[in-house]
Amino acid sequence: MGDSPLTNWTDYLITDSPSSRRQARLGQFYRQWLAFKRNRLAMLGLGIVVALLLVAAFAPLIATADPLAQNLDKRLLPPSLVNFFGTDSLGRDIFSRIVFGTRVTLVIVILVVITVGPVGLLIGAASGYLGGWVDRLLMRITDVFLAFPRLVLALAFVAALGPGLENAVIAIAITAWPPYARVARAETLIIRQQDYIAAVRLQGASQWRIVWKHVVPMCLPSLIVRTTLDMAGIILTAAGLGFLGLGAQPPIPEWGAMISAGREQIFDQWWVATFPGLAICIVALGFNLLGDGLRDVMDAR
Amino acid sequence: MTSVAETSPRKSSYGGAARRWSAIVWRELSTVAITMFGLLLITFLIARVVPIDPVLAIVGDNARPDVYDAARAELGLDKPLWQQFAIYIGKVFTGDLGRSVLTSNTVVDDIKRVFPATLELATLGTIFGCAIGIPLGVLAAVYQGRWPDQIARVIGLFGYSIPIFWIGLMALLLFYAKLGWVAGPGRVGVAFQDFVTPITGIVVIDAALEGEWEAFWDAWSHLILPSSVLALFSLAYVSRMARSFMITELQQQYVIAARVKGMSEFRVIWRHALRNAFVPLITVIALSYAHLLEGSVLTETIFAWPGLGRYITNSLLNADMNAVLGGTLVIGAVFIGVNLLSDILGRLVDPRTR
Repeated sequence: MGDSPLTNWTDYLITDSPSSRRQARLGQFYRQWLAFKRNRLAMLGLGIVVALLLVAAFAPLIATADPLAQNLDKRLLPPSLVNFFGTDSLGRDIFSRIVFGTRVTLVIVILVVITVGPVGLLIGAASGYLGGWVDRLLMRITDVFLAFPRLVLALAFVAALGPGLENAVIAIAITAWPPYARVARAETLIIRQQDYIAAVRLQGASQWRIVWKHVVPMCLPSLIVRTTLDMAGIILTAAGLGFLGLGAQPPIPEWGAMISAGREQIFDQWWVATFPGLAICIVALGFNLLGDGLRDVMDAR
Repeated sequence: MTSVAETSPRKSSYGGAARRWSAIVWRELSTVAITMFGLLLITFLIARVVPIDPVLAIVGDNARPDVYDAARAELGLDKPLWQQFAIYIGKVFTGDLGRSVLTSNTVVDDIKRVFPATLELATLGTIFGCAIGIPLGVLAAVYQGRWPDQIARVIGLFGYSIPIFWIGLMALLLFYAKLGWVAGPGRVGVAFQDFVTPITGIVVIDAALEGEWEAFWDAWSHLILPSSVLALFSLAYVSRMARSFMITELQQQYVIAARVKGMSEFRVIWRHALRNAFVPLITVIALSYAHLLEGSVLTETIFAWPGLGRYITNSLLNADMNAVLGGTLVIGAVFIGVNLLSDILGRLVDPRTR
């Protein structure tokens, strides 16, 4: 029985003496996955995030109508079997707009994360590894940014740059990097003391090589956790900017802007503002649950 | 004899304490100065990159070149950037944030007028948040893994996942439109507009001071919903941190010692452990207070609350940069001040740092 392919895979993954780096790494992933799978709430979070990705990918197939198609004869219809979540003041199908809104949300989150993650990582790792005046200078700058209210600073930046999706992303990115730098620095300070770093240094590795090849990879787990937990914050900030009319501009189906549009009819046509808000809640909750779960398995310190 | 033996080491430790305190004060002050400098630099640079030409806003589109240049020189825009920055810092410290295009008042006057409303909202939100959040966090730590802990966890998750402006709208829909329990948007009803003479600028306090109880209840009924919405976010943060500090404290040896001595569990938890957990909690409460000032930007928009947040967003939509940057500066400065205050309070309360 022991030689069915599945058991072989498991044996390969959970062996105590991996024969290659890849096997060790895969084995580590597998063990973390086993720990993660036991956490029901974390699995719910993962499910929500996967669902978000699927909905975004297959939006045209899921949506029942064109998200931009206006039909003034069908203004402000209540939820029904035709329009699951009703229609807005321009007669657009709210369900379809929410479905396509997943793409907008994902674009914002991904753009912010791919700019903020590497920048924060590099600043933090350089600061922690090099120490001295570089550390003092970089951490001073980080502190200055951390001392600001994030949304207000983003507001001021958008005010200067002009409203729009790209500018909202830039503004959020400018205000979002400092915590990443802090986390990366804290990790680096611990890693720097390790023996294997001393070994690499004695072998003559350059400082950049040590930072890039040996310090940065070790910072990644806590940064991934931090990023996942931060995604909810990014989504909420982006929605806030959209709500104030400073993020994605109409007719882009952005959830925050959709809530803002439904605000005028909130007492008569409750569904216009309610459903996009629920979508934001669910997605933010998903990222928070996933982040909590990842923290438990990857960053158990 | 004993008294001499007792006092002499104390005297020398007083000298040491004074030195340590001056070092601490020096460090705090330099941190504040640098952060403040950074804040000013950022608002200054934002004002520079704005695509709106402030000169054109004054002289109009069709001004002759010499008129344009004169206006430009008057605004100091012909000087090098660092000089402009120095002038800007000087102006801010003499309380000159420019004039708002929208209200044609000075920004400082505008902010003085709107700030008490925001303070009222954020303060009450923090009070609600702590009054529920701290006991909830303590119970969650004591009954770890049981239902109080689950409730705290759920509230925490929702606090971090719900858009504040959406829950504000939903609260208005439910408690104002459907149930009619509270008053709607705005700070006081139309009937009580300008009814209360401002003393502190905080309507509920002013009304109470003047004995205008009808106005007081009207203002209270307007205040309760927005501050509860803000409190949800303070509650999420405070209860989570209170839980984790309490878990640390409950594992300390003095807790075991107190229990072994036969002290009641109530006293151990609420008098001894909570008192120690309270020191780091001060920082948390201060931070959440500062964040509520920020959260008020969106909340005030929903509840038509005439505070600083709505002032900033209104100015923003009208491209009134002086007002936006002035408001940003004030909120940033309050952030820095609150951080400093929490550091000082933490040190004063904690005997170990004395």
